[in-house]
Amino acid sequence: MRWYRSIAREVVGLFVDDGSFAIAILVWLALVVVVLPRVAADAHWAGLALFAGLALILIESVLRFARQHTK
Amino acid sequence: MVIGLGQLEATRMGTTLAAAFLASLVECVEALTVVLAVGSVRGWPGALAGAASALGVLAAIVAAVGPALTRIPLHLVQLVVGAMILLFGMRWLRKAILRSAGLIALHDEAAAFAKEAAELRGAGVARGWDRLAFAASFNITMLEGTEVVFIVIALGAGGRELMATASLGAVAALLTITALGVALHQPLARVPENTLKCVVGVLLSALGTFWVGEGAGFAWPGNDLAVPVLMAAYLVIAMCLAPICRRVARAVSSPTEEGKTDALV
Repeated sequence: MRWYRSIAREVVGLFVDDGSFAIAILVWLALVVVVLPRVAADAHWAGLALFAGLALILIESVLRFARQHTK
Repeated sequence: MVIGLGQLEATRMGTTLAAAFLASLVECVEALTVVLAVGSVRGWPGALAGAASALGVLAAIVAAVGPALTRIPLHLVQLVVGAMILLFGMRWLRKAILRSAGLIALHDEAAAFAKEAAELRGAGVARGWDRLAFAASFNITMLEGTEVVFIVIALGAGGRELMATASLGAVAALLTITALGVALHQPLARVPENTLKCVVGVLLSALGTFWVGEGAGFAWPGNDLAVPVLMAAYLVIAMCLAPICRRVARAVSSPTEEGKTDALV
C-alpha cells in the first residue's frame, strides 16, 4: 500500500516545511511554557512574549529565505 | 455580563467555523482537480466511488478520534493541539508570504489538471471495473482529506460544540466545492488559493498562540477577545513582510536577475 506512506509524508508535511522554522517554534514554545512562568511574576506579559517570539521567528525565517532564494 | 459571555462564545465559534471552512476549501479545491481529471479521462464510476470511499474512511476517523480528544484534560489539549495548530498555521502563513513576494511559484490548478489527465491517458484502457480510476481518486481524497481531518480535530479539540462547529465548516467547504465542480466541470483555477492560505494561516496562528497561552495558564488581556487582536497582528506582519521580502530579494540579486524577480510578482 503506497498510499499510507504518502499520507504519512503528507501528515509530517502538514507541520514541517522548513526544519529550522519548525524547531525554532517548538523551542520557543518550550521556553515560554516552562521557563517564563518561573521568572516572570505578571502572567499578562507572558502572552505578549509568546506572540513576540513567534512573530520574530516568522520574520527571520521569511527574510532568510528571501536572501537565500532570489530568482 | 451575559452579552459579554455571548460575544466571547461567538468569537471562538466564528473563528473556528471560518478557519475550518477556509482551510478545508483549499484542500477540497486540490482534491477536486484530480478527481475531475480522473473522471473526465477514465470515467466517473471509478472516480466517484474512490472519492466517496475515502470520504467514508475520513468521516470514521473524525467520529472515532474527535470525541476521545474532548475527554482529555483541556489544558493538555490546548498545549499540544495549540502547538500543532501553530506549526501548521505559521507554515501556511510563511508560504503565503513567500508566494506573495514571488519567491515561490503559485499553485496552478489548470496545470495540475493537465498533468494528471496526461498521466491517466497514458495508463491504458481498463476492461470492466477501472481500478486505476478508483485508486487515483481514493488516494487524492485521502491525502487532502487527512489535512482536513487534522484541521477539524485540532480546531474542535476544545469541546463538543467546537468539534461540531469545525466539522460544520469542513462539510460546508466540501459541499461548496462539490457543487462548483458539478456545475463547472473544470478545475477551480480562479480560486485565490494564496489569499485563502494567508487568511487561514493568520486565523490558525492566532488561535494556536492563544491556545498555547491558555494551556500554559497565561491570562490573556480581554480573554477570548485577544484572538481577534492576535489575528490583526499576524495579518499586519504578513502584509508588511511580502513587500519587504521583494525588496530584500532584489537587493541581493544581480541586476540581470532583478527582472526575473519582478516578473514573478
